[in-house]
Amino acid sequence: MIQAKIRKQYPPGPESAGFSLDIEFRAAAGVTVLFGSSGAGKTLTLDSIAGFVRPDEGRILLDDQILFDGAAGVHMAPRARQCGYVFQNYALFPHMTLRENLEFAAERAPRLGRHRKVTEMLEKFHLSEVAGRRPYQVSGGQKQRCSIARALIGAPRILLLDEPGRGLDAPLRAEFYAMLRSVRQEFGTPMLLVTHDTEECFQLADEMVVMREGRAVQGGTPRKVFDQPANVDVARLLGLYNILPVEVRSLDPGRNSSRLRFQDFELAGPYFPGRLIGDQVWLYVRPDELSVAPRNGRPAFNQVPVTLLRTVEKPERLRLEFSGDIAVEVPFGSIEKISGVKEWIVEFPSGDLRIL
Amino acid sequence: MPPGTPIDWFPLWLSLRVASISTILALAAGLGLAWILANRTFRGKELLDAAVTLPLVLPPTVLGYYLLVLLGRASPVGKLYEWLFGGPLVFTWQAAVVASLFHSTPLLVKSARAAFESLDRSYERAARNLGATELRLFWRVTLPLVRRSVLAAAAIAFARSLGDFGVTLMIAGNIPDRTQTVSIAIYDAVEGGNGFAARVLVLIVSAIALTILTLANRLTSNPFGPRQTAL
Repeated sequence: MIQAKIRKQYPPGPESAGFSLDIEFRAAAGVTVLFGSSGAGKTLTLDSIAGFVRPDEGRILLDDQILFDGAAGVHMAPRARQCGYVFQNYALFPHMTLRENLEFAAERAPRLGRHRKVTEMLEKFHLSEVAGRRPYQVSGGQKQRCSIARALIGAPRILLLDEPGRGLDAPLRAEFYAMLRSVRQEFGTPMLLVTHDTEECFQLADEMVVMREGRAVQGGTPRKVFDQPANVDVARLLGLYNILPVEVRSLDPGRNSSRLRFQDFELAGPYFPGRLIGDQVWLYVRPDELSVAPRNGRPAFNQVPVTLLRTVEKPERLRLEFSGDIAVEVPFGSIEKISGVKEWIVEFPSGDLRIL
Repeated sequence: MPPGTPIDWFPLWLSLRVASISTILALAAGLGLAWILANRTFRGKELLDAAVTLPLVLPPTVLGYYLLVLLGRASPVGKLYEWLFGGPLVFTWQAAVVASLFHSTPLLVKSARAAFESLDRSYERAARNLGATELRLFWRVTLPLVRRSVLAAAAIAFARSLGDFGVTLMIAGNIPDRTQTVSIAIYDAVEGGNGFAARVLVLIVSAIALTILTLANRLTSNPFGPRQTAL
């Protein structure tokens, strides 16, 4: 269990705009993901926990042991923190074989069990056959497994992973997710993982913390965060939604309904408590929640006429991008005639409108 | 040496001995200085850097003059040395080592510093994270990773020491069979009209220099595979 309150300021200078990290969060057992776009401060947070960076203020507790306390002047050296760290580039020592990399990490263990530990790890991570090779001689997946094995060999109290899925092709990623799940099951070490990939969050996270510009803006399970982003910035970060500016036109709590105005059209939705008529809000809706049909006469209720700008083929879906920043995704092959049709109708699901 | 005399091999052996010792000493001092310059910030750091580089830039006789003043029999350092070792430092072969040191060390410091600075920081962090003390980090990770470029720099420094002339002449002098290094011997041979001796010595020193250069080039190419940085 980790409790962190970290403040770190990088003042603006001739070569940088400056950055301010001000984050507070807790992570219990299981996998916690720090999610955010590049530059949000995720790696800085991880580095502060590992002890590579000294925060200006705050407190970091790992299982009730103080790793850092700004007020008391405590800053434990990285070597004493028992935090396993898996670097983005693996950082396997290039002049050592995979076995020697593990032996380096095992040097803190008593000499008697060391060799056995290393051999065990090599077997567990399927590296026995390549143990005598150097990092540049083995595959990406093997390097990744070795870096995780090396981080775990010292029995750390928490495992920190910096964008581990980055740059991996699809099979390697799947392999990595599977490995992380089995590591979690076998070792039970709590993990704190940094990523900007939404899929990784869903695959791995028990809890996630959304970060933006050095601050934590939302926390919760991935499902909760994705279905109910706390604000429009989080919704944008997730990258999953159409986010459309609308105005509240009427509210009827008795009938549990309301009306929103989007461009020149009115959309019906459920009652939104806490809103006032005239509020400018954001409507967020997933591309697969909308339906489309070629335009045929006047738009009906909850329908908006749009012009097709482009189509994007994805592996299993077809994405149609329309005017007004509206995107709709349909299963491949479900719409018969697309080419040549420019004018369409997009239908909004009245029961499922959500606003921020 | 007057023409016709058999070749005196002493200068060559002396130069090899002086160059070896000064290179080893320069490595010891240079690595430490380079590590400090690469890893620490402190007031006066740029001044230290300039002071280390200065000997490379000063004219040899100017440097020699400063060293004479610093190490001469009348100076505190000179007196201390004489008290410790029973004889003056200047005009001995040990002075030739000092003279070489003032060129080898800056070369090594510059190379080693660049090598330390070009190392991927994540190796250091990984080592610390895995429990290494600073010493273990230096010996087991940093040094092996910079070993090749440092050795290449040492080879160049050795070659440079072999050929030192001006500074050596000023503080070690040109005493045959005592402090006459090979460069000075070559100069003497040319001045004295002993063309044969000069040519032989020149060829041998050239061959040594070429071998060293080849070795240095080999060392700086391709250490652990395609790239030396992480991955």
